[in-house]
Amino acid sequence: MTRTDKASPAAHYAMIIDLDRCEGCGDCVVACALENNVPPPNPKATPRTGLNWLRVFRLEAAGRDVFLPMPCMQCGEETPCQSVCPQKAVELDPATGIVGQIPERCLGCRYCMAACPYQARVFNWWDPQWPAGMEQTLNPNVSVRQRGTVEKCNFCHGRWHAAIEKAAAAGGRGPVAYTPACSEACPAQAITFGDLNNSEFAALTNKPESFRLLDSLGTGPKVFYKTASTAVRAAVTGAAKDTPHA
Amino acid sequence: MLRATLIFTAGFLASLGAGWLALPKTLYRTEAQPLSFNHQVHTGDKGNMACEDCHSFRENGSFAGIPKLESCAGCHAEAMGETAAEKQFVANFVKPGREPQWKVYARQPDNAFFPHSPHVKAAKLKCEKCHGDHGKSTTLPLYQVNRISGYSLDVMGRPAGRWGLQRAGGMRMDDCVACHRQNGLSHSCLDCHK
Repeated sequence: MTRTDKASPAAHYAMIIDLDRCEGCGDCVVACALENNVPPPNPKATPRTGLNWLRVFRLEAAGRDVFLPMPCMQCGEETPCQSVCPQKAVELDPATGIVGQIPERCLGCRYCMAACPYQARVFNWWDPQWPAGMEQTLNPNVSVRQRGTVEKCNFCHGRWHAAIEKAAAAGGRGPVAYTPACSEACPAQAITFGDLNNSEFAALTNKPESFRLLDSLGTGPKVFYKTASTAVRAAVTGAAKDTPHA
Repeated sequence: MLRATLIFTAGFLASLGAGWLALPKTLYRTEAQPLSFNHQVHTGDKGNMACEDCHSFRENGSFAGIPKLESCAGCHAEAMGETAAEKQFVANFVKPGREPQWKVYARQPDNAFFPHSPHVKAAKLKCEKCHGDHGKSTTLPLYQVNRISGYSLDVMGRPAGRWGLQRAGGMRMDDCVACHRQNGLSHSCLDCHK
């Protein structure tokens, strides 16, 4: 289906993660879970069945530990999860470039999880449960997903909604600037978030030290990584190729 | 033969009637509002108020919805008129400081994101566009709630038999999408869903 979005000109949100700054503290993972109402792990959960929208991997390269935060890459071309979903529960929003997961439509077949080259998707094996009192901390801007549905990072879509509401209160329309929770929480400021239609931000992604994971697949991921070290870059891109789906 | 046909037709019509007229109505339960409220007295010549005098925006741009008791009490600390409803309001709510628990026709499901500011402040839509001529009504409409979903008829669901249940206004998802399409606006799921 083609659409024209005349009143809300397209934004193409993207993220740049600086691997030379990331220290693997995991603040982004915690901030992500709190922002997006990701429940604490079920007692029966294993590393394969737990829920995380953002994972941080540890690799060794150039004589040091290298940490690799991996959110959903928001593939903009031939989006693999979208093309396999039999329920149309995955949607690439032309107005933002964000790949959205619609839990109400998801039937839990997990084709999308098999199709995702980055394994960025997770499945709710159990209904979410919060320790008594912690449900008070739920974020009202993000709905809670039920058992049997797939979920994933959506560049903090709830924050995008809030930013639109705030901009409109001042009479503004069109693309808005906002910051996802991981980027805001990172103490090393390793995660930069912006709009690729903004030439200043787009220039950052075109630098020689910038690269994308599994770029050769042609899925147009919108999460960029950067490192000054070629050894780190080789280790990271090599590790991505070693995953079973690559 | 004729008798059999008649019996069959009567039975057929009775089932159709039950399916199309009676069953859809049993899906909804009518709940009473805490108080009878007359919008027209407030917006007409007597009160001469605009919608936003009571239904206002907060400073951060979010919409406050139904006014709190203190806004009403600003004028109604004592009864201003002669109506029984107002006296009841002052005696039962204003004096004891008890907040009326209004049933909100426009309350959206938890997974819907509807901010008023892009629609009212940026796009300059009139309140009536979605809420209908509520401001000119003399009584509150019936509050009908879906027994399964718990949401009001005004925001969710179009009953199979529409007779007697349908009201003017547009706060259902279909209405949102229709307007966005008509105006060439973005209408991805996640534009409005959380």
